[in-house]
Amino acid sequence: MNTATLPIAMVRSRWRWKWLFLRRLTQVGILGLFLLGPMAGIWIVKGNLSSNLVLDLLPLTDPFLLLQTTVSGHLPETTALLGTAIVVTFYLLVGGRAFCGWVCPVNIVTDAAAWLREMLGLRPRARPSRTTRYWLLGTLLIMTALTGITVWEWVNPVSMLHRGLIFGFGFAWVVLLAVFLFDLLVAQRGWCSHLCPMGATYSLLGAGSIIRVRADDRARCDDCMECFRVCPEPQVIQPALKGTGDGPGPVITGMNCTNCGRCIDVCDQIVFHFGTRFHNKMEASS
Amino acid sequence: MSQEQQNTQVPGPPSPGRRHFLQEVVMTACGAALFGGGVTLYATNASAMPAQALRPPGVLDEETFLGACVRCGLCVRDCPYDTLDLARVGEPVAVGTPYFIARQVACEMCEDIPCVKACPTGALDPELTDIDDARMGLAVLIDQETCLNFLGLRCDVCYQICPLIGEAITLELDHNDRTGVHARFLHTVNSETCTGCGKCEAACVLDVAAIKVLPITLAKGQLGRHYRLGWEEQEKAGKPLLENIIDLPDRMPAGGGLQ
Repeated sequence: MNTATLPIAMVRSRWRWKWLFLRRLTQVGILGLFLLGPMAGIWIVKGNLSSNLVLDLLPLTDPFLLLQTTVSGHLPETTALLGTAIVVTFYLLVGGRAFCGWVCPVNIVTDAAAWLREMLGLRPRARPSRTTRYWLLGTLLIMTALTGITVWEWVNPVSMLHRGLIFGFGFAWVVLLAVFLFDLLVAQRGWCSHLCPMGATYSLLGAGSIIRVRADDRARCDDCMECFRVCPEPQVIQPALKGTGDGPGPVITGMNCTNCGRCIDVCDQIVFHFGTRFHNKMEASS
Repeated sequence: MSQEQQNTQVPGPPSPGRRHFLQEVVMTACGAALFGGGVTLYATNASAMPAQALRPPGVLDEETFLGACVRCGLCVRDCPYDTLDLARVGEPVAVGTPYFIARQVACEMCEDIPCVKACPTGALDPELTDIDDARMGLAVLIDQETCLNFLGLRCDVCYQICPLIGEAITLELDHNDRTGVHARFLHTVNSETCTGCGKCEAACVLDVAAIKVLPITLAKGQLGRHYRLGWEEQEKAGKPLLENIIDLPDRMPAGGGLQ
C-alpha cells in the first residue's frame, strides 16, 4: 500500500465528474423511459415508481409503498409482492439508498438546492437529527395502521413528483418547492438526509447491501475534506476513512450512504472506489 | 481524566452527554409525531370523494381502497378508452388515485376488464371477472322535472345506450295526464343490475344530465332491519301471517269516494 500522496500532475489531469455525470444520466434516463410511453407511445415501462411494469412482463413495486399498503390492512396481490421482491433483491445488491442517489427524481431537486446554497454561501441553521426519518417512518406506519389509509401518499414528494411528471402535475409543484426551499433555507440536506421516510426504508436495505464505496487507499488521504463537503451523509465517511489498525475497516458500511460516488469523484488522492462490502479488515502489514 | 471516567461509572444524575442525547431523542420523536399527525389529519380530511367522481370497476370499498391503492396508474394506462385518470394535486379526489367523471367519459365496460387485470395490489378486486357484476355507482334519474321522457316526450337515449339495455334501465308505462291521451315512458333504474358505468349520464341530451351516476352509498336507501314486507311474507308463508284481519275500505284520492 502506497502511503505517499499522488503526484500533482496526476491530480490535475483528473476529470472530477464521472460518477455525478453517470448518476444524472441514469436519473434522467429512467425518467425518460417512463415518459417515453405517454409522450411518444413507446411503452417500455408503464406506471410510475410506486409500481410499474417493464416491457409488459417485469413487475416492480416500491418496498415502502408495499409496506404502507400491507400495514393498512390490505394484503397485496402476488404481482406487487413479486415486484417488491425484485426491487429489494436489486437494492440489496447495488446499495439500498442507491435508489435515492440514482433513481429518485427528488434527488435532482435537493441537489439543486444544495448547489445553490453553496453558490450563495447560505448557512441554514436548523439541525434536525438524522434519525428523524426513522421516527417519521415509524409514526407514519402506526398512523397507516390506525386509519387504514396510506396517509403518507397524500403528501409524499417522491411519488408526487414522479407521478406528476408522468400523469399530470396539478399543484404538486407546491410540495416540491417546499422541499427545495426547506433544503435551501432551513436545513442543509434537510429532506433527503434527515426526513424522507422513503429513503429511510431504502436505508434499511443498505444495512446489508453488497456494493459499497471503499476507502482502501485511505492512507493517502491528505485531509482536504472535499469528500465531507460534497457528501449528503458525511457521517458515513468518517469511520471508513479515518479508521486505523484494528479499528473500522475501509468499507463505508453506513446504511445511509447513497452510493452516489461523489466522494470518488472529488478525491484528488483517489482514496475511494466502488467495491463490495466483503474483506473489510485492514491489511496486517500497516 | 481518570477521575472523570470514574465519575461516569457512579450511578447518579445523568451526565450532560446523556441528557443531551435524551433531549435530542425526545425532541426528534415529538417532532416526527407532530409532523406525522399533521399529515394524517390532512390525509383523512382530503380523502372524501366528490359525488361525481367514480372509481374503476372492481374497486374495494373506499376506505380499504385508500389503503390498498399504490397510485401507480397502471389501470389508467391499460384503459383502452382513456376513461380513467389519476387525481392531481389540487383536485378534490384523494391525490394520485384513479377515478372518472361519467359525464365526461363513461366506462365502456370492457369484457376482459383490463384495468382490474393491471392492478398490482388488488385494490381493484381480481375476483371481478364479469363486468356486469361491477358496481361503480348507481344511476339515478335525479331530475324528473327536466327529463324529456317525464315531460311526455320520447327521448329514451339513456335507455338505448345502456349496455344492459332493458335490464338496468326499464321503461315503465304511465298515463300522460297533461294530454290525457298519450303515454309516458318513465325510466326506472334497477339497482340489482346497474353497474354504474355512466353511459346514461354521459349520453343524456340535456345541458345538465337529468340522470346521474352516484356512489351507491349516496344513491341507495335501506329498509329498517326489522322491516318485513307483508305481501312478501304472505307469499313465503303461503297464507296470511295473521288470521281474521278486517279488510277496511281503501280511501281513494280526489273525491273518488270509498270503494
